[in-house]
This record gives sequence, C-alpha cells and structure tokens, in this order.
Amino acid sequence: MIIGLDVGGTHTDVVLLNQDGLVEALKVPTDTDDLFHSVLQALEKITAHVDAAGVSRLVLSTTLTTNAIVQDTIAPAGMIVSSGPGLDPDFFRTGQHYYPVPGSIDHRGRERKPVEAAAVEAAARRMTADGIRQVGVVGKFSVRNPGHEIAIRRQLGDRFERIFAGHRLSGRLNFPRRIATTFLNAAVYPLHRDFFQAVRKSLEKRGLAVPIDILKADGGTMNFNASIDSPCETILSGPAASVAGALAADPGPDQCLVLDVGGTTTDMAVLVEAAPLLSPAGGRIGPHKTLVRALYTRSIAVGGDSEVRVAEGRPAIGPRRRGSAMAFGGPAPTPTDALVVLGHMQAGDRQRAREGIAEVAARLNLPVDQAAERIFDRACSAILAAADEMVAAINCRPVHTIHAFKEGLQVNPGRMLVMGGPASLFAPRLQALSGRPCRVVPRPEVANAIGAALARTTCEVTLVVDTEQGLATAPEENFSRRVTGAYSLEEARRDALELLEKKALKRGARPEDLELEVVEEEVFNMVRGFSTTGRNIRVRVQVKPGVIGSLKGDL
Amino acid sequence: MTLRARHKTGLVFFPAFDWAISPNHPEREERLLYTRDQVQEEGLLDIEGIEELRADMVTAADVQRVHFCVPDLWHVMTESHFISAGGAKALAMAMAEKRVERGFALVRPPGHHAMRVVHGARGFCNVNNEAIMIEYLRAAYGIERVAIVDTDCHHGDGTQDIYWHDPDTLFISLHQDGRTLYPGSGFPQEMGGPNAVGTTLNIPLPPHTSEEGFLYTIEEVVQPILAEFRPQLVVNSAGQDNHYADPITNMDFSAQGYARLIELLQPDISVLEGGYSIEDALPYVNAGIILAMAGIDYSHVTEPDYDPAKHRQSADITGWVHKVGDTVREIWARREALQEKARGNDRFQRRQRSIFYDTDGISETQQETVRVCDDCAGALRIESTARPGRRILAVHIPRRACAACRRTARQWYDTAETDRFDMVLLQDRPTDRFEVRGP
Repeated sequence: MIIGLDVGGTHTDVVLLNQDGLVEALKVPTDTDDLFHSVLQALEKITAHVDAAGVSRLVLSTTLTTNAIVQDTIAPAGMIVSSGPGLDPDFFRTGQHYYPVPGSIDHRGRERKPVEAAAVEAAARRMTADGIRQVGVVGKFSVRNPGHEIAIRRQLGDRFERIFAGHRLSGRLNFPRRIATTFLNAAVYPLHRDFFQAVRKSLEKRGLAVPIDILKADGGTMNFNASIDSPCETILSGPAASVAGALAADPGPDQCLVLDVGGTTTDMAVLVEAAPLLSPAGGRIGPHKTLVRALYTRSIAVGGDSEVRVAEGRPAIGPRRRGSAMAFGGPAPTPTDALVVLGHMQAGDRQRAREGIAEVAARLNLPVDQAAERIFDRACSAILAAADEMVAAINCRPVHTIHAFKEGLQVNPGRMLVMGGPASLFAPRLQALSGRPCRVVPRPEVANAIGAALARTTCEVTLVVDTEQGLATAPEENFSRRVTGAYSLEEARRDALELLEKKALKRGARPEDLELEVVEEEVFNMVRGFSTTGRNIRVRVQVKPGVIGSLKGDL
Repeated sequence: MTLRARHKTGLVFFPAFDWAISPNHPEREERLLYTRDQVQEEGLLDIEGIEELRADMVTAADVQRVHFCVPDLWHVMTESHFISAGGAKALAMAMAEKRVERGFALVRPPGHHAMRVVHGARGFCNVNNEAIMIEYLRAAYGIERVAIVDTDCHHGDGTQDIYWHDPDTLFISLHQDGRTLYPGSGFPQEMGGPNAVGTTLNIPLPPHTSEEGFLYTIEEVVQPILAEFRPQLVVNSAGQDNHYADPITNMDFSAQGYARLIELLQPDISVLEGGYSIEDALPYVNAGIILAMAGIDYSHVTEPDYDPAKHRQSADITGWVHKVGDTVREIWARREALQEKARGNDRFQRRQRSIFYDTDGISETQQETVRVCDDCAGALRIESTARPGRRILAVHIPRRACAACRRTARQWYDTAETDRFDMVLLQDRPTDRFEVRGP
C-alpha cells in the first residue's frame, strides 16, 4: 500500500492506495501555524484501520519550505561568494551575512585568479561571531570547476553546522540563481530537517517504519536522505502535486493542459506525451529565481472563492479571496455563489448566495440569474485567457540552432484536464467556452494526494566534456575523469546515463521506474589557429517525470 | 542595490550552433559558445528589463528590398542567413512596436561586407543583416532618417555600397586602416555618390589604436555629426574584432572600451558583426555591450588578463587618430561644397569597379550609373558580370524617387537588351516590388 499526502492552504489531503486503486481518501483542515500537527493528524486517521506493515511507501507534499520562504521566516544563513569578472556580486546580496571574496574561474573551468584565503578567514570569523550555523559557498562557473568552492568549504572546516556548496545543487549555469539556490537551501535546512525527523520519529512510534519520500518542484520525488542535501527542491509542491495527479489520471500520448481550480487560485501546467514541461531556467519562489528543477506553471488569482467585484461595468474576479463563499458563511460574493444561484451546486445556503450575487447584479443592472451566468463565464474565460498566454509564451521561447528553429516543439494542447474542488462544475463551461474537450480527473478533490502517492523519483545530471583539457566532469555528482581526444558523444551519453542511474537509485527510485532520457546534447569542435584541438561536449540527462502506476476509470 | 535595466532591452540570440562556413573557419559553430556560457552564467536574461526575443526568418521580399541575389536568393543564402537577418528584423519589430526600447541582435552569420549585388559570399558575409532590417523598418513603419555606425575592425564596404547614394542614411565606419587589413577600402575620400556626398564617412584608424583613440573618435567626431544629422534610428554594426586578443586584426580595444562606446553612442539597435577571439574577448565584450545597452553598471566586466597599462596607445597613434578625425570633420562640414564639386555638370555619373568575393573565390566587375538628382537618391543601374557566374543588369528605383528618376529607371529596365544579360532585375522601392525579366 502507498500513502500520499498533500498539504494545501486550506486542507491537508491524504489517500491510501493499493494495487486495485484508491482504498481511502480523507481531508483534515490545515493548521498553517502547525503543519506538523496537520500532517500527523492526517496520517493517523488514514492508518487507523490498516496494518502498518502493509504500507510500502509514504510520499509527502508539504508547503513547509514554500511558506517559510514566502513569509520570510527562514533561518539566517551566511554566504561566501567568489565571482571574478562580470556583474558586481553585491547585486545578488542575500542578506546581512554575505561575503564576496576575490577569486575567479572562467567559462572553461580554468582558474584565472586564486581564491583569497585571508578574505575567507575574515568572513568565517565574522559569521561565527554573528552566530551563523548554516553557510552557502558559491563560485562563478563552479559547475565547470568546483575547485574554489571545495577549497573554501575545506577552509571553513567544522566551524559551522552545515555547508552547502553551489556546484552540488545543480549542474546548470547561472551564477545569480546558484547564489539564491544555495542560500535558500542553507536557510531552510534546519526547518526541513527538524520537521521530517519529527515526522519520522512519530511514525516509527506508531510502528510505521516506512521510508519517506518527499515531493519536489518538478513533480517527482526524492527520499529523506536526498532531501537533507537539497531541501530547497521541496518548494512549489502544490502545482507539482497537481501535475502528478493529472499524470496519474491520464497519461495520454498527446498534449494537454492541466488546470487545478482551487479556492484562491487556478494553477496551470502543460503535459506533452505524458510528461510535464519544465521551467527552462528553474523555479521561482517569491522574489527568488532559483536553479531548482520545477514545472513550467502559471498561477492566476481566480478560484471558486475569489471575491467578485464590478469594474468598468463588468464583473471582475479576484485577485483577492476574503474568505469562503457567502453560501458557506463568507463575507463577499464569489464564483461559487454564482454556481449555487444557478443551481449547479446543491450545497450551501442558497439564500445568502443570492443576496451576494444580487448586490453585483444591481450594479450590473441585470437580473440576478443573468448576473450569475456572467460571473461564471468571466471566471472561466479569465482562466482560459491565462492558459492561452502561457502556451503563447512557451511557443515564443528562443532557439539557438537551425535545427531547433525548424523542428522546435510547438505546444498546442488539444484538451484539458481539470482537478480541484470545483472541477466538475467548471469543466462543462470551460469546454463550451474553449471548444476543447475538458475532462475532470477521477476524484478531483484529492487528485493532488493521489499524484503525490504515485510520483516517480526524478533527477537530472549535466556532463561537460572538454577534450582539449582532457576532462569529463559532472561536479554535481562529484564526478571527474580524464579523457582522451577520441572521447565521443556516445561515450558522454553513456557516462551521463550511468551517473544518472546511480543518482536516481540513491535518491530512492525503483529500478523498474527508471525511464532515462537525454534532454540536451551539443558537440562543438574546438579550433585554435587552423586546426582542431578538441571537442566540447555537453549532455543533460534526466529521469522523465511521471508516475509509477495510474488510476484508471472512475474510482 | 537593485539590478534592473534602465532601458528595456531586447536580446536576440541566434548563435547558429549548427552552421559553419567550413569546419576550421573562424565563422564556425563554436564562435558564440563561450559567449552563451558567459551570458547564461551571468544570469543576464533574468534581469528585469532584459528580454530574450525569438529570431524569425526574413521573407524573400525583405531581402529583395535590398539585394539583387544572383541567380536568386536560394543560391546565395542558407537557412542560417534567413534566421540571422530575421533575428535583426525581429528585434527591430519589437522596438518599432515599443515592446522594447532598444536591443542587441547577437546573430551569425554576419553581413556588413554584403553589397547590393550578391553573387556569393565575401568577408564571411552573404546578405546584409542591417540593411535588410533598416529597409524593413522603412517599408513597414515609415522610418526615414537612419544612421549606421559600423564599429567592426574591417571596413563595412557592403553597407557603404548599399547606402552610397542615399542621403537619408548616414553611414560612418570606424575600422583598421585599409592599407593594413581586409577589405582594403574605407578611406576618408570615399564619401558617397553625387546625390549623397558626406553621408558616407570613413574613419580609418591606425593599428594598435586603443580605448583612448576609439572613444576620442566617438566623442569628438561621431557624436557631433550624429547630433547634426538627427537620425530617427541609430544602428550599430557591432563587430568585436578591435579587441586586443583578436587573432586576425591588430587593434588594442577592450571589453570596458566597447561597453563605454555603447554608452556614448546609445544605439537603438546593435547587430553583431565580426570578432573571432571567441574565448578571451567575446564573452566579456558581449556581456559588457548588453549591460551598457540596458544601462546597468558594467564596471566589473573585464577580461581576466586585462591590464589597461599594456594596451595604452603611443603618442604617434594619438596624433594619427586626431588627424583622421580632423579630416572627417572637415568633409562633413564642407559636404555641400564637396557635392557640388563632385557633380560638376554631369546628368549621369558612372563608376567602374572590380569586386572580389574572397570567401567564394568569385571576381565581379560592375559598371554603375546613377542619375544626378536634386530631388531623390537617383535612379541607379548596375551592369554586373561575375566570373565564374552570370552577367546581369540591376535597376534600382530609390524609396522616395522623383518622377524623373522613376521614368529613367523604368526605361532602363523595360528597354534592356535581354540577350546581352542572363537576367534583368528591378527593385521598385516606391511600390515595394521586385521584378525579373528573363532571357
């Protein structure tokens, strides 16, 4: 049996699955001040009647790190940054404990200026004096040569509780994002560690000694040990769970748009051939642009409980949510109230819903029923317009080769998958307005938790080869080997896939779920003077995000 | 400190990672690889106000507005040329539609050696990206007065040829003296045809000119002339081969110098041209140019081995640079008198030229005839013979041609003895049409 749990803003959803499908699903209210309590309560409830020994997997999707970052309640973390030429590193200051030090490595990983040990020492002393416990170490081009980060980490020794080195977190280029990512990892580390250790302990007490997997921003999972090394990958779990839920429901071979209609927002993502599109540079959270592998998502502040206003003679939906719908005791009219008025929704206080919509109707100069129709249409068309914008943005992404220009993927999702509380009410109208088939996933109200339960363990590896220097490296995997001039793209692919397989298994993947693929590869002849002196090869491979099984039919 | 572009800047990056003239050629796949690495590592595309735009393809009509391609477009252009010119065009559209304030097209292959008649590739160029972009802007958005400042180390002889007769386009080229470098032209005496004397200006600089000399020329010569010309659009042909590390030139310019040059010049659009120090110069020069265009502090963008003391120019060079500047300023100041003198009493003027296509090994001879005209750029006829290649007659009716020039050009085209030529071609710019008379 598998347990999937998704902490949402209002509810924490938890499901129990066995080979035949969904055994049980339930919800508990989320206590945002005590997520630990919500998680424990949900797990206790769902395991109340089952044999703990039969549970083989437990996947948690929590807003723990997301909330801490967005609300800026993260721990202070120190940063030592060596940048070399380029933008002033002070542009990327993460806070008070930020120390640029001299040292430079170039685009091919060659040291151009050694790191200045005295400056590192001074920074270490200051941070120690300031009581800093977690430190991030980042160098420009450290993914081409991690030497400076390693030297700084060595020099810091055991003076700090935990040191995060930028090159271990992602193999991608982008120094400012590497700084932000390393900083966030250091800053959420204590919170993440304490939380999951506590969860593990309480479960063990209850005889549930199951390995815990944690949902990541890319819609895949990692095990607890991996999460301790990169806790920041747990950000943006909400959309990740939605997409995993869509994949579990309908891994079709075509393109489809996923809409998760919630109370406050609607999250959207795109699936292509049963895999979600990922954000090209990395996820963004609050003001931080990161290198965290994340889904390409868009969120708009239109949901079932969005406040309905009148602006310029037309109904306007959101962006505020002032509480639940008036039909459920809330203070302001919402799309949900419109659905109640129209009789699409049976629950709730119909009279109060009507009162709310009547206010809007009066300002629109329309009968109440017509105003309700107008509000519902407006909510649906706002969602569809945002989806179109997202697809257009994907399609105008720049390309760098003639081949990609001609063959480049054009996204044009022909259908929609909808989930979330009001999914079944919104789907028919979304279909009518867009002219595209719109299907509701099975059990839309807990699809996120089902997605978490079934998400596959994912990761990526970037291998860079420079045969002129005789080196193949993947610093994020601590990998480096000498190569000769004959080293080929095929060998690079093989080495990268081997590293990836090792990494995925270490992070908790089951051997039967390893769907590995090459996502980028480039080979350049290096010419100096008038002769070829080497080859520059870059290969990026990933475990394709996906699910370890699917829920078919209506459960 | 917040990192935000003061000017909303568009960036078209089309490094054509799958296109080369030949595997070991300077113009090869690897050329912008380290530049892309630097741009990505610096996170420049994450900066608020810097936006990467997707390159588009130019259409046949876009190219034919500028060039006579022999025998046709498809024989002288590869897909990469369509996308490279299309990159400049995409940026120009974004600017004309005010989606960005200015921008930089980092595209290859380059274009500034491509002339109006194209039989093949010369100086690594087939079609002129800047001219195609400018003429598109003129046709689609009604822009008239344009200035092009070519800061590639090689004389922009292709752009000069295309705008030789056009008084609405000011072409200024700064380059290493033609007596010491390809293509061997670009002297101050080359100052435009009889209808446009002074709107072509050449500033040949001595080998080993450094920051001081370049920036002096921009501030003391180029800027005052631009201010007087009052262009609606300033285009920079941004070659990066004046750099001290460039393997095929002899100048002493730097990344800091290039960034400062952009800051002084404030171009609306820069288009990449040459520059072949792909590891030691381009990553830093391009980062500097992007930041300078966006109005962001670039003072930390330097080559790892940069030492200004090592690249200071001698007093002799300073003297030479000042003298060339004086000559060019004088030409500009006396341009009306010079035009008078150049025209004499001629109703038509002819010139005969030999053009060598070094990249493709083609020799072309041209007889060019222009109608001397007070009202427009003048009807233009070019008889061109390429060996190996074809013999053609190309007739150009300029954009705002007067009635007399239109009549003259039409007559040239309609009465051409087709048996003397393999092809007879007409660029009718007032109607924006391209016509061909076959044998």
